[in-house]
Amino acid sequence: MKKNVPAFIFGIIFALGLGIAGMTQPQKVVGFLDIFGNWNPSLMWVMVGAILVHSLTYRLVIKRRAPLLAPVFQIPTQKDIDNKLVGGAILFGVGWGIAGFCPAPAITALVALDPNTFVFVGSMMLAMAAFRILKAPAHKVTTHAN
Amino acid sequence: MLENFAVPLLGGALIGAAATLLLLFYGKIFGVSGIIGGLIKSESRDYGWRVAIISGFLTGGFILYATIPGVLTNTAVRPTIMTVIAGLLVGYGTSLGSGCTSGHGICGLSRFSLRSLIAVLAFMGAGVISVAVQRFVFGVQI
Repeated sequence: MKKNVPAFIFGIIFALGLGIAGMTQPQKVVGFLDIFGNWNPSLMWVMVGAILVHSLTYRLVIKRRAPLLAPVFQIPTQKDIDNKLVGGAILFGVGWGIAGFCPAPAITALVALDPNTFVFVGSMMLAMAAFRILKAPAHKVTTHAN
Repeated sequence: MLENFAVPLLGGALIGAAATLLLLFYGKIFGVSGIIGGLIKSESRDYGWRVAIISGFLTGGFILYATIPGVLTNTAVRPTIMTVIAGLLVGYGTSLGSGCTSGHGICGLSRFSLRSLIAVLAFMGAGVISVAVQRFVFGVQI
């Protein structure tokens, strides 16, 4: 239990980042994807900020022999670029463009008690469950990137 | 200027920092679709940290809701059937493609993973086309 307190705090930091960045407002996300219409590029800076910080500090962290609270680093090792990767990403992108939500901001926004967000999160989790149940016997999660 | 550049940059920096902290403490990648999916079914049965992160999201959401007006307001609500379809696509797509904006977009790109770069180009491209089709074919107010 105590071991999970840092994860709770990191979840809070992540959610605050999403909210400050504007990711919890679907209108901004859709506006960011609307490059042929009324493009709002501001969310590009979210990615720049996150990658700038993470790409530098990530390299310092993985120089350690082990994480603070776990025996090993679990970095994805899968290299193959296949139909599952590209097809899955395309399906995700189409849905992202419709609702303006990706998984983390949708969970964070549940707090506002907008029924539409519950419909989105419920449908998302249903599809995640369906995928995992259908794929259960052959699926190995050891190389799962996310 | 500040609102369109510095504020999103700061938000992004917090996200990147949270991803590094998770890696430093637990050795895990901050991939949110995987964290949620693993709550439904995980071979490693490590539910504690997943529940902790989701609880953190909800707590963070509450702090945002209480302090910054409008930050959780959705003014781009689509008809319910479209929201259902979008949720199914996001859930299934991130499962099939092993990641979303956080796992591929932030963590993957930060480690210069070609796999993640391809995924990001695919979901960004699909997102742009998705919005363009809604705007120009179906006349949705974007």
